[in-house]
Amino acid sequence: MNTPNEATRTAVPPTAAPSLAVFLRQNMREYGILIALVVIMVFFQIITGGVLFRPVNLTNLVLQNSFVVIMALGMLLVIVAGHIDLSVGSIVAIIGAVAAVMMVNYKIDPWTTSLVCLILGGAIGAAQGYWIAYHHIPAFIVTLAGMLVFRGLTLWLLGGMNIGPFPAEFQKLSTGFLPDLFDMGGLHSTSLILTIAIPALLVYLSWRGRKLNESHGIEVEPFAFFITRNAVLVAVMLALGYQLSTYKGFPNILVIMGVLIAFYTFVTTRTTIGRRIYALGGNEKATRLSGINTERLSFYTFINMGVLAAFAGLIVAARLNSSTPKAGNGFELDVIAACFIGGASTTGGVGKITGAVVGAFIMGVLNNGMSIMGLGIDFQQMVKGMVLLAAVVFDLYNKQKG
Amino acid sequence: MSTNVILEMRNITKTFPGVMALRDVSFSVEEGEIHALCGENGAGKSTLMKVLSGVYPHGTYDGEIYYKGELKTFGSIKDTEEEGIIIIHQELALIPMLSIAENIFLGNEVAKGGVINWAEATRRTSELLAKVGLKENPSTLITHIGVGKQQLVEIAKALSKKVKLLILDEPTASLNESDSNALLDLLLEFKKQGLTSIIISHKLNEISRVADKITVLRDGATVETLDCHAEKISEARIIRGMVGRELSDRFPKRVPHIGETVFEVRNWTAYHPIHAERKISNGINLNVRRGEVVGIAGLMGAGRTEFAMSVFGRSYGQKISGDVLINGKPADVSTVERAIKSGLAYVTEDRKQLGLVLINNVMHNNTLANHKGISKNLIIDEYIERKAANEYRDKLRIRTPSIYQDVVNLSGGNQQKVVLAKWLFANPDVLILDEPTRGIDVGAKYEIYTIVNDLVAAGKAVIFISSEMPELLGTCDRIYVMNEGAIVAEMPVAEASQENIMGAIMRSGEKV
Ligand SMILES: Nc1ncnc2c1ncn2[C@@H]1O[C@H](COP(=O)(O)OP(=O)(O)OP(=O)(O)O)[C@@H](O)[C@H]1O
Ligand SMILES: [Mg+2]
Repeated sequence: MNTPNEATRTAVPPTAAPSLAVFLRQNMREYGILIALVVIMVFFQIITGGVLFRPVNLTNLVLQNSFVVIMALGMLLVIVAGHIDLSVGSIVAIIGAVAAVMMVNYKIDPWTTSLVCLILGGAIGAAQGYWIAYHHIPAFIVTLAGMLVFRGLTLWLLGGMNIGPFPAEFQKLSTGFLPDLFDMGGLHSTSLILTIAIPALLVYLSWRGRKLNESHGIEVEPFAFFITRNAVLVAVMLALGYQLSTYKGFPNILVIMGVLIAFYTFVTTRTTIGRRIYALGGNEKATRLSGINTERLSFYTFINMGVLAAFAGLIVAARLNSSTPKAGNGFELDVIAACFIGGASTTGGVGKITGAVVGAFIMGVLNNGMSIMGLGIDFQQMVKGMVLLAAVVFDLYNKQKG
Repeated sequence: MSTNVILEMRNITKTFPGVMALRDVSFSVEEGEIHALCGENGAGKSTLMKVLSGVYPHGTYDGEIYYKGELKTFGSIKDTEEEGIIIIHQELALIPMLSIAENIFLGNEVAKGGVINWAEATRRTSELLAKVGLKENPSTLITHIGVGKQQLVEIAKALSKKVKLLILDEPTASLNESDSNALLDLLLEFKKQGLTSIIISHKLNEISRVADKITVLRDGATVETLDCHAEKISEARIIRGMVGRELSDRFPKRVPHIGETVFEVRNWTAYHPIHAERKISNGINLNVRRGEVVGIAGLMGAGRTEFAMSVFGRSYGQKISGDVLINGKPADVSTVERAIKSGLAYVTEDRKQLGLVLINNVMHNNTLANHKGISKNLIIDEYIERKAANEYRDKLRIRTPSIYQDVVNLSGGNQQKVVLAKWLFANPDVLILDEPTRGIDVGAKYEIYTIVNDLVAAGKAVIFISSEMPELLGTCDRIYVMNEGAIVAEMPVAEASQENIMGAIMRSGEKV
């Protein structure tokens, strides 16, 4: 290009690869939250006298938290898009009720029931998303209304009673485990194979990504850091996987959860849809003026949330083996808290799937650990509230310093 | 003139992660003078003023600030305001839904025991408004007055805080000529009353007009301080300091190769989005040919932006009627998506609100309007994306430590370049530029004109909206003049002049 002042304009100096310290500081938030999870786990491991990491308890931890994690995936997208969804707890309830009525009262098979319920969840999400996306009514209002409406519908549908039990096939969703491929005595073979295969795959992928980046001349994280990060990850996964394998193996729901986490991580980081949701939350007007249909995008995030909430509703019903009017009460708060603990911004545009998942597990471990300690629900809520506040304050502090 | 140094900043160094914004800068201001601060985009002007005004408190930078002879360690804006140092930022900080009076006394309310004395506040506001020559009711909401008047409200607000040293960061960037002149006259008037001010501007003619001294920054370091009373300082002289060499031409030469009509708007009428009876575009007919740069001249508020946005995916206004033809065929521009697909692009004048996702990085902003170009089956190819972003960064000389920097951290002018990069990457046939050089330094302006030339040389068509007439006269082949939502004149550039254009505006104003 023929610029008159080519010679004198200093080119932007290339930035040197960041040192380990700088790198750590820049990624403080992400690793901070992971470290917090580890600290909390170790704390409870000690205080409960080693109960937390026992295979039975670990299995329980997964089963108890799966639905919060799954809903947090959808909630993260909703929050990043700049909205909120208060109705998910009530969706869990109404879906459980519908599933119960279908399977118990009308004897419809579990597969059809599940499919209908997921579609119904999507429809509920669409109904709410319609007002939010196309009529610009604040999500807080619409989903607050939804929360009341669907809770009320649940009560009406169940007539204030519990309905159950469900066919054994349906219960497997929450209480089933992966089949054991061959006999290894006390160890669950399939799970053990996965315990080794999954970390190996992850390490391979991250190594390949690193090499690929290097070959394109893209700055990569410091090598020492790369090794440490992967080593820690592998060690943790091996340890947890092994523990689970010594009991009944991997719960079905763990596998489903893993697949969903991987899927949503991919969507948020590598696809145009994900990119657009972040842009939408960051500046809606600028995003719309870039030719992106922001209304449809908001609409989709609510449909997605509805489907995931419905799925969570099925899991909860299967786990309790009955549908109750109180199912899912207060879940929305756990799910939303998980996202904010995980670093999502209340104003939209910021947040990560991995953050939300870790946030959900922090909530889960807190619940589980305090239950083992025999602390009442009163105390548990206070602690969870303080943790939420602490996480957000930590964020703010980090931002101001940065 | 007194030679009392009121402010001295010594060896100021300020770094951000990956950027050294100020390097050992020294800067001194004498009492009662108007001191201009010049430099290219990203030279560090705003940063230096933020250091001075306590936005970046003591401890976050190196160096010393002496104010009225004393070493100061300001911890916050509050501290500097108490000393009478008031800054008016590049982006105005008024609250749109509050009244003028409420804004002026925000955080500084005329109150006793927490109860606001509105009568007193209103009276004082009227006084202040009179001082700055603004005829508005104190209870008028900020959203209802134009940027020019908002700027005056900011100054009134500064006056209410007993200002001794007034800092204005690009106060005239979004003002038209007459508003700018009024503001500069006001500054000269205040100077007579003893006010010291520091003004940052890329409009060098204004600086030559009002400044007593000019300090030039380049790449975060002081280059020189020019005394306008000791010698006659020409604009070319200032530019030499800013860019380090002579800039012989303000506008790159171009031999027009004009082809057939590519873009045509017929009988375009649109109404105000809220006041449904008010026409914002009135029967507009306009066309652009291949290889042509067509300007739309007019005063601030002439309805140019509203017209452009109503065409671009009906992004503004209601009850829109009229036809758009691209390459002679009717084009669907009813949504932004379709307008882009038809080959249209609109570079907004409001980069912060409408142009950028500030919390996203340079790369993500660069590709936002053309995800097709970086993805396959919805999956983004980061290598292609990265390559594109780096290409535009080099091509437009966007000053950023990397394409992963969040655009909120770029200087104003460099943000503007990112908006432009976004639309260039979308590869449109017809590009509508709305005040594309606002807040951009002279060198970068030249670069943008060059880019415009390259575009039309490649057979594209450009519509250039600008309030700076010399710019239109220097870059366009043909100029439309707009006033009150209607095209009131059209002239080839050979016949156009500032007088012609103003004349057309005046005549159209008389008719109604
Ligand atoms: N908060 C920040 N974080 C990181 N970098 C920053 C931040 N603020 C400014 N910078 C960088 O510091 C440099 C100086 O910026 P500054 O805003 O002072 O420029 P300027 O001279 O005012 O330019 P303009 O004329 O475009 O307004 C730029 O390179 C900019 O990217
Ligand atoms: Mg600036």
